[in-house]
Amino acid sequence: MELNARIPDGPIEKKWDKHRFDMKLVNPANKRKYSVIVVGSGLAGASAAASMAALGYEVQCFCYQDSPRRAHSIAAQGGINAAKNYPNDGDSIYRLFYDTVKGGDYRAREANVYRLAQVSNEIIDQCVAQGVPFARDYGGLLSNRSFGGAQVSRTFYARGQTGQQLLLGAYSALSQQIAKGKVKMFPRTEMLDVVLVDGVARGIITRNMVTGKIERYVADAVCLATGGYGNMFFLSTNAKGCNVTAAWRAHKKGAAFANPCYMQIHPTCIPVSGDHQSKLTLMSESLRNDGRIWVPKDGNDKRAGIDIPEQDRDYYLERRYPSFGNLVPRDVASRASKAVCDEGRGIGKTGLGVYLDFADAIERDSRQTISERYGNLFHMYEKITDENPYKTPMRIFPAVHYTMGGIWVDYNLMSTIPGLHVLGEANFSDHGANRLGASALMQGLADGYFVIPYTIGNYLAQAKLDPVDTDHAAFNDAAAGVEARTKKLLNAPNPKRTVDSFHRQLGLLLWNKCGMGRNKAGLEEAMEEIPKIREEFWKEVIVPGGSKELNQSLEKAGRVADFLEFAEVTCLDALTREESCGGHFREEHRTEEGEAKRDDDNFSHVSAWEYMGEGQRPKEHREQLSFEYVKLTQRSYK
Amino acid sequence: MSENTMNLVLRVWRQKGPQDIGSLQTIEAKDISPDMSFLEMLDVVNEQLTTDGKDPIAFDHDCREGICGTCGIVINGEPHGPDRGTTSCQLHMRRFKNGDEIVIEPWRASAFPVIRDLIVDRDALDKIIQSGGFISVNTGGTPDANAIPISKVDAEKSMDAASCIGCGACVASCPNASAMLFTAAKVSQLALLPQGKIERTARVKNMVSTMEESGFGGCTNHGECEAVCPKEISLDFIGMLNRELLRATFIGD
Repeated sequence: MELNARIPDGPIEKKWDKHRFDMKLVNPANKRKYSVIVVGSGLAGASAAASMAALGYEVQCFCYQDSPRRAHSIAAQGGINAAKNYPNDGDSIYRLFYDTVKGGDYRAREANVYRLAQVSNEIIDQCVAQGVPFARDYGGLLSNRSFGGAQVSRTFYARGQTGQQLLLGAYSALSQQIAKGKVKMFPRTEMLDVVLVDGVARGIITRNMVTGKIERYVADAVCLATGGYGNMFFLSTNAKGCNVTAAWRAHKKGAAFANPCYMQIHPTCIPVSGDHQSKLTLMSESLRNDGRIWVPKDGNDKRAGIDIPEQDRDYYLERRYPSFGNLVPRDVASRASKAVCDEGRGIGKTGLGVYLDFADAIERDSRQTISERYGNLFHMYEKITDENPYKTPMRIFPAVHYTMGGIWVDYNLMSTIPGLHVLGEANFSDHGANRLGASALMQGLADGYFVIPYTIGNYLAQAKLDPVDTDHAAFNDAAAGVEARTKKLLNAPNPKRTVDSFHRQLGLLLWNKCGMGRNKAGLEEAMEEIPKIREEFWKEVIVPGGSKELNQSLEKAGRVADFLEFAEVTCLDALTREESCGGHFREEHRTEEGEAKRDDDNFSHVSAWEYMGEGQRPKEHREQLSFEYVKLTQRSYK
Repeated sequence: MSENTMNLVLRVWRQKGPQDIGSLQTIEAKDISPDMSFLEMLDVVNEQLTTDGKDPIAFDHDCREGICGTCGIVINGEPHGPDRGTTSCQLHMRRFKNGDEIVIEPWRASAFPVIRDLIVDRDALDKIIQSGGFISVNTGGTPDANAIPISKVDAEKSMDAASCIGCGACVASCPNASAMLFTAAKVSQLALLPQGKIERTARVKNMVSTMEESGFGGCTNHGECEAVCPKEISLDFIGMLNRELLRATFIGD
């Protein structure tokens, strides 16, 4: 396997323009002769499907939800970054690029990040043209707010529902193309394998989730926009259906998986309340614009939050990081919360929580103003906890949120399988070891609206593909594999445990050994434990019902089976990366002040894992990262 | 039963498939914590059913934070249950008490055929959007985002309408199973913005006729839709749709 990132030559600000000129084009009249499969209908998938269809390609789009409008991008709250510099506060494409590389702890590819910053402005133009109702000032112009890891206000937002509005914008563009017949939409359809003909991605195998029918689809190129793998932890901010299945199947067919150990643990989520908990709910990072984070100075102080006077509180982020204060990046904020809880100063019944307090902001700006900014979040918080955050401080704790790792892709977003492109959170390219707030929406839409529509043409114009139909042996083999696996899931020899019980067991193990803090011994234990859980799973999992019907237990079982394989390479990656960077915190590698300590001499690379067969240790390939524009420093937010 | 937990009697709609007649089945829910969400209560019941070798209850859900619009259950006759401005996934069991009997049914509307148990087919809502719920711009070539100032009042009102999550509770609550509030929300969101005005005539006509053709009933101003809407979308938007429709019919472009 060879990793060729295909980064264009020339100065960084000219690379994308030059590449756009150098790429081969498909004649407008010929585009309709090419077909593209898009799996996933979130920001990346919907925008890609709509944009490619608008160019003239024949697109087939698949999602597991009952409608493309429900993909989990919809739950993104805070906003989307762009380098518009509308507030006149010193922003620029270069600054957005610089902040993103630094925020990612210098583990992202410079050329990709620069392109992301370049197209960020076009995304905002595109969304406004679609009718996305962004927040505006009284003069009618767009409003911005601040997010972590930046000292300029560059985040565009639509209340606390920015992801919803951007997704509905992309969904409306997709709907228009569906109505025109240029996109054929397949909801309630789950991709279960990718089909390679002569080493090139030419189609997928799916399961119709209503009838259970295993189906085959052929195309000239395949795009995966299937999101991240945070749900591996069972408890995460992901939707219940989010999964690694499509990416993992692609990996098993030859797509390298890059940096799986890079996960984002988001600092502000509602703490776990009991064993019944099925998911964790995020409270937007935007809350840190006005909320102040603190714990009691004394761990034995058991008074209610509002009864603790100012002098007995420790606003530990403001104390440790005076220049960024409560707006330090997510990895830093999460680790600081873990540190105070480890010291025994955590709050709430479990001691796993810290306060996020709005009392000062309400006094300063009025309750009305705070309600306008965060009303829906406060409402959601009250629904879940039965506490009123206007009156008592919120209780929050970190939770698994986003995954920076993903399928390795080159500058054209193509994986190590020719023809297989990967977009959005499912790829690894732009966020390094930590993603800054409001950058996920930016990346998903950048890939879908402004990158893949160009690079797919370049691929198709040169691919020289023979016609293939779904009776080809490669389709027969892949479909037979899917059928056999389904049968195996339904017929465990000694069924006695539910799918969820295995998923919870795996999640807890990973949270303890491969979560906010990791060490060699713990990771090695996890790597011993995971194969045992996997073995028990295949022996003891109960999957009621049959394959030829709507069967939610079967859907879950298939996804958990994949998490049980994927978890192992995640731990291996975390074990191999003997440094701390961004969201990956190895307890052996920290500075005297407890901050993450990078090792640029030995780990300034992407680790891309190649699947070597069942039970075999995956093979690591390295893409060396070179930093010509951003100076590598110890990331400091003090 | 441990402290604070409760035992409930569920009467749940069970239906194997679209052709099956279906019926209410009595299932006990034991040791339910008041901190659970309604769907977490169903998870607990399903774990028990599965372990007992029975079919778990099929229900649609995904984000579990009230924004994706996937979940939707009629709870004691009310779509999304007794709390206002709340989806089924955000309803919590502290709303109920020990010994309660809870009737759980799917959305009922001829445009939403039952697929299994509590899961219905809502493709008809997507069809309405496909008939005109968009601004016809392709990717690229759009003017600078600040080129068209939009008054804050209009932008906020447009956002109120755009908050619709497409769950279909409005249809489920309507005696006529009308999708008027859903359609009105999208028509209004776009009609309030200058970008949306260009296609307003065709949009409202096409969306309303698609709604009628898809098996939804007409609106006779009951207002049940507004009462159950988890995003509290106002009936005023139906008024706005009607004005748009009148304008389109008598004035045109």
